[in-house]
Amino acid sequence: MSERERDEHSGVETTGHEWDGIKELDNPLPRWWLWVFYGCIAFAVIYWVLMPAWPGVRGYTPGVLNQSDRVNVARDLNALQARRGRGEALLMTASLDQIEADPDLQAHALAVGQSVFGDNCASCHGVGGGGASGYPNLRDDVWLWGGSLAEIEHTIRVGVRSAHPETRMSQMPAFGRDGILNAGQVSDLTEYVVALSGRQADAAAVGRARQLYTDNCAVCHTPAGVGDRTLGAPNLTDREWLFGSDRDSIRGQIQNGRNGVMPTWEGRFSPAVIKALAVYVHVNAGGGEASGAREAAAP
Amino acid sequence: MTIIIDRTRERPATAGPVSVAERQREKARPRGLYQARVPIYPKLVHGRWRWIKWALLILMLAIYYITPWIRWERPGALPDQAVLVDFDGGRFYFFMIQLWPQEVYFITGLLVISALALFLVTALFGRLWCGYACPQTVWTDLYIYIERMFEGDRNARMRLDAAPMSFNKLWRKTGKHLVWIGVAFGTGGAWIFYFHDAPTLIRTFWVGTAPMTAYVSCALLTFTTYVFAGHMREQVCTYMCPWPRIQGAMLDDQSFQVTYRYDRGEPRGPHKKTESWEGRGDCIDCNQCVVVCPMGIDIRNGAQLECINCGLCIDACNEIMDKVGRPRGLIAYDTDAAVAARSCGRKPEHRLIRPRTLYYGLALLLVGGLMIWGFSTREQLGVHALRDRNPAWIRLHDGAVRNGYTLKIANHGFETAAVEIRYAGVPGAELRIPGQPGADPLRVEVEPNRVTPLRIFVTAPADRVGEGSRDATFEIRSGDETLTVPTAFDYGSQPQ
Repeated sequence: MSERERDEHSGVETTGHEWDGIKELDNPLPRWWLWVFYGCIAFAVIYWVLMPAWPGVRGYTPGVLNQSDRVNVARDLNALQARRGRGEALLMTASLDQIEADPDLQAHALAVGQSVFGDNCASCHGVGGGGASGYPNLRDDVWLWGGSLAEIEHTIRVGVRSAHPETRMSQMPAFGRDGILNAGQVSDLTEYVVALSGRQADAAAVGRARQLYTDNCAVCHTPAGVGDRTLGAPNLTDREWLFGSDRDSIRGQIQNGRNGVMPTWEGRFSPAVIKALAVYVHVNAGGGEASGAREAAAP
Repeated sequence: MTIIIDRTRERPATAGPVSVAERQREKARPRGLYQARVPIYPKLVHGRWRWIKWALLILMLAIYYITPWIRWERPGALPDQAVLVDFDGGRFYFFMIQLWPQEVYFITGLLVISALALFLVTALFGRLWCGYACPQTVWTDLYIYIERMFEGDRNARMRLDAAPMSFNKLWRKTGKHLVWIGVAFGTGGAWIFYFHDAPTLIRTFWVGTAPMTAYVSCALLTFTTYVFAGHMREQVCTYMCPWPRIQGAMLDDQSFQVTYRYDRGEPRGPHKKTESWEGRGDCIDCNQCVVVCPMGIDIRNGAQLECINCGLCIDACNEIMDKVGRPRGLIAYDTDAAVAARSCGRKPEHRLIRPRTLYYGLALLLVGGLMIWGFSTREQLGVHALRDRNPAWIRLHDGAVRNGYTLKIANHGFETAAVEIRYAGVPGAELRIPGQPGADPLRVEVEPNRVTPLRIFVTAPADRVGEGSRDATFEIRSGDETLTVPTAFDYGSQPQ
């Protein structure tokens, strides 16, 4: 090798490369950097020995620690299942009332319920269960299909107008759209329903609609208008309206008879999770509260 | 005003106007980023300050090692360790005091007090903390003591380091490092007892069932102790610690610091027994103040960044002054102002009360007072009212409006508290715990030493439903303690 050129200004040797008059100084690497580099080499050698490293024709060198992410993940999953299994077993053996009464079990059920509710129910019923137009409010004391623990559990299990053979089923006919009633009759009935809930209504229309109501509505909503829970027929005398309380909303519902659907969750959730969810909904709604008073209030 | 008269340092002869070219050449000269450590071999010294340092060293180490073993009876399943930082339980125990995580401001207050006390002491008496109480100083002192046991005093150590490797050198060096590591391990080992029940941990530590954090903390402190006290020593103070850089702001010419009284010492020079002391200073340039200095500095250059104010040079100089028959105190705790006054022939005055010491003192009193006030008015109960947000309000079948709250009642005491809960601000409001019948007031038992979350429904009756949101309050009463927690009630929007 020829004599290395030394840069006049800095006194450092150059690499001998030149680009358009620019030369590169051959500064040595910092010592700390070199030591880190040597340390990395040593680390790599140790790593090859301990951990899976070199590919071969059939498989790879497994390393003396026999570490495998696949095995680790499987073990973690099994451990998780085992841990969940304990909670599930507790939820399975205890009755709904026992779960709600026992503080630890209730806390467990609420934790499970909150997570499952957030993932599956909140898209319709709202994150807090407050409901929306067409989707029942799960926080209040009005229950179309009953607000006891057992009734809530049953509704979650079979759904409403779902594919489940035992589904909760009710049908609000589209009186106007299907031509059962004409527009005037629908308007008169609207006034009647407004009157049922204790609001000011057109007395003449209410009078005209009395017979219409008895013929068409009373069979489900009862003559007094308080509804029938076994049929899932809403109470028309209270202040809670699934599809809205104003005249337009009520008229629209008589005209078109919208019927919401709640899917069945049996099969998608384990029975333990359904129990936890039932407790979660029940506790959040007030737990053991009267499921909507039903005093007669016929106009 | 600070008067620094430094007659000891002569201006270098080359100092003078520097040309631009010269400065540029200076800049371009390659320089390393690292300053290699100049080894320091502090010589053993005897005297008043050395004695105080030994006494403080023993006291500090004793406090450090014994504290976790002091027991303190507490009710129930609570830990019986007097001083314990219980991360698992989320509590800090200090004898009769028990702090919750949310009361961490008391720790902040303690740190503020420590800082202000440090400022005040520094303004008055210089860096006493650095010289006597700082763990870096204490452990370095201990390590130098061990080094001296194995390798002898300064001269022997210098000879040993210069000598080629031999069996003698090998066993002395090995022994020193082994004892150093032992002490380091003891330091790290004692530290972890502050965070777990000490008698339990000392068993589980050795059988390998202690928490991983205990092993990691122990290893970390063992390492730092060995490195900081054994190898880095004064470099920690000079390069790593911010305090030497900050303390200059606290010092003034009235602060007591280790001072070479140049007014008395200069002009210095060697002195023969027969010579007269007339016309010369008392400093005989024996260099003893330099060789005993653990920071490796020459105090005769005046107050400097590296000086930790430990006073070992005072002891060394006093010994020499006794030998040569001159009065003690050529190096002493003194103020710049006093030295300046004496050199001008005036009588030195010491002023302990100065604006800055007043400020620091008043700030210390203020924060200390706040701490005492905080501690004395600390309540047995702490209550937070969290209002349900989603949904914020619920209309019931009859038109009544219900709001849900979670009351978080913290019982700081060790006894179950009987608590009455009332609600004000909403006419006719009914209070209820979900699943239970309504009551006014609600009566609940709150378990000791924990936070009890309590769901509460407040229902405004249908005939008294108002508009929008309004202010309301929870009133929580337990014994003679009453807490008022502001919250709000939302009537929601009304149906048409």
